Amino acid sequence: MTVIEVDNVSKCYALHRQRDLLARRVTRNASPVRSEYWALRDVSIRVERGERLAIIGPNGAGKSTLLRLIAGVSTPTRGSIRVHGRVSALLALGIGLHRDLTGWENINLIASLMGMSETEVRNNLESIVGFADLEDFINEPVRTYSSGMTARLGFSVAIHANPDILILDEVLSVGDEAFRTKCKAKIDEFTNSEKTLLFVSHGLQTAVSLCTRGLWLHEGMVAAEGPVPEVVKTYRDFTKSGQLATHTGPSDPLSGRAGDLASP
Amino acid sequence: MNQTNPQIGAQSSPPVRAPQRFYGDPWFVLKNLVSKDFKVRYRNMSLGIFWSLVNPLIMMGVLTFIFSVVFTRNIPNYPLFLLCGLLPYNFFSQAWSTGTMSVVSNASLVKQLRFQRELVPVSVVLGNALHYVLQLGLLLIAIGIVVGVNVQWMWLPVVLSLQLIFICGLSLLTSALDVYHRDMRYVVQSVNTVLFWLVPIFYGFGDIPPNLVWLYELNPVAAVVLIMRRILLYAEPPGATLLKLAVASIIVAWVGHKVFARVEDEFSDYL
Repeated sequence: MTVIEVDNVSKCYALHRQRDLLARRVTRNASPVRSEYWALRDVSIRVERGERLAIIGPNGAGKSTLLRLIAGVSTPTRGSIRVHGRVSALLALGIGLHRDLTGWENINLIASLMGMSETEVRNNLESIVGFADLEDFINEPVRTYSSGMTARLGFSVAIHANPDILILDEVLSVGDEAFRTKCKAKIDEFTNSEKTLLFVSHGLQTAVSLCTRGLWLHEGMVAAEGPVPEVVKTYRDFTKSGQLATHTGPSDPLSGRAGDLASP
Repeated sequence: MNQTNPQIGAQSSPPVRAPQRFYGDPWFVLKNLVSKDFKVRYRNMSLGIFWSLVNPLIMMGVLTFIFSVVFTRNIPNYPLFLLCGLLPYNFFSQAWSTGTMSVVSNASLVKQLRFQRELVPVSVVLGNALHYVLQLGLLLIAIGIVVGVNVQWMWLPVVLSLQLIFICGLSLLTSALDVYHRDMRYVVQSVNTVLFWLVPIFYGFGDIPPNLVWLYELNPVAAVVLIMRRILLYAEPPGATLLKLAVASIIVAWVGHKVFARVEDEFSDYL
């Protein structure tokens, strides 16, 4: 079953927005020169239930934008996105944690915003704290936490929200080896139960070990997709040579995908 | 990077947004948002919520001094008369201005988590309402001792609910606009300053020149003050003013909700 359908999605951000004052808004037709930045260009992907998709690519390729759109916190400029099931998204390290509230108070807040009910939070509280390894600090304000502790808290709440689709944007990289191993085990357990994972990371090794399928985004377009080792290899070769070495797609980068290098 | 891309527009269909389905429990979210604001506000304070009682009392003291010593007025029970205007006005102005800023000040939640965003301004208004209810409770005790209890007090929950609906509607509207034009919060501040003088707080409706009464009748905040004095101090029924307040509140809430729902899609691009 297809749980995520992304069809011809483009996302445009207007630049120099700080100058977009009321006066300019009123006279917008008189001064149509506004610079735009297309973070995603005509991207289409399908994700099946149980798949673990790693999205790789250089900075500014549109990886986070794509995740934000799928998570529903942002909307596409063009195209359509359909997501079936409950989503938990860790789009950034802090994930809305309030620095002056204690870990315990933050768990309640974030968990409710991620869609957990009061009973669910109460029943899972010990498990959330235990998995994050924060028993000694749970009554301390989050501002005293290290970045690793923050990441652990966020991940623990997200996974306990029992989502059908888990979205992780570069949030495991600050955890230590022990925590990453723990997360990997939890994700394995999680995806075995027919759940879906979307994973963005610059740690290509983690991507290979964690995911089944790879998607390489380049300048907002799909450069390659397929089994994750092949996509990672193509991406690595490209990064080394500095150009699309095995490029077979259309030469005009704006006309769509830059080539399906590793599709089956 | 700065180029426009006409081909994207030409090739793709217009944006289709999947209907959002929320799995959360809105009451639990609301409870957590309200308690978050409460805890953040009173953390590291010695007197905490006590301040929400001290501020109106100080204001009452100053205004009583000015209008019974400097300008003499013959309004019986002037401090109580004053509080019947001051408390609803304070609630209105504080809830509205913090409500207006709420979406921007909760940017980290709005940008990263998908939930019913309407709950953000609503939770801020509810948080302010808790203070208001506490203040009203003390006012009722004072009026009960000095003037006496009367049966019209039963209208108080109705007035309170209408106030909540009205302020939530206004806050939904201005908090959404504040995301796109941060000037909105200063507009709200200015309107509040003007209203302090144009709502009959330290004067009564009888002092208003008859040819200007229609203007005051258009102001829902003035209507609340009028009703409060009628039911709490004078043992009179709220009359047609309550009906007008109800209509105004529901219209404002409907408009505020519509505007918020229409523009919230793009919040995260502007925060």
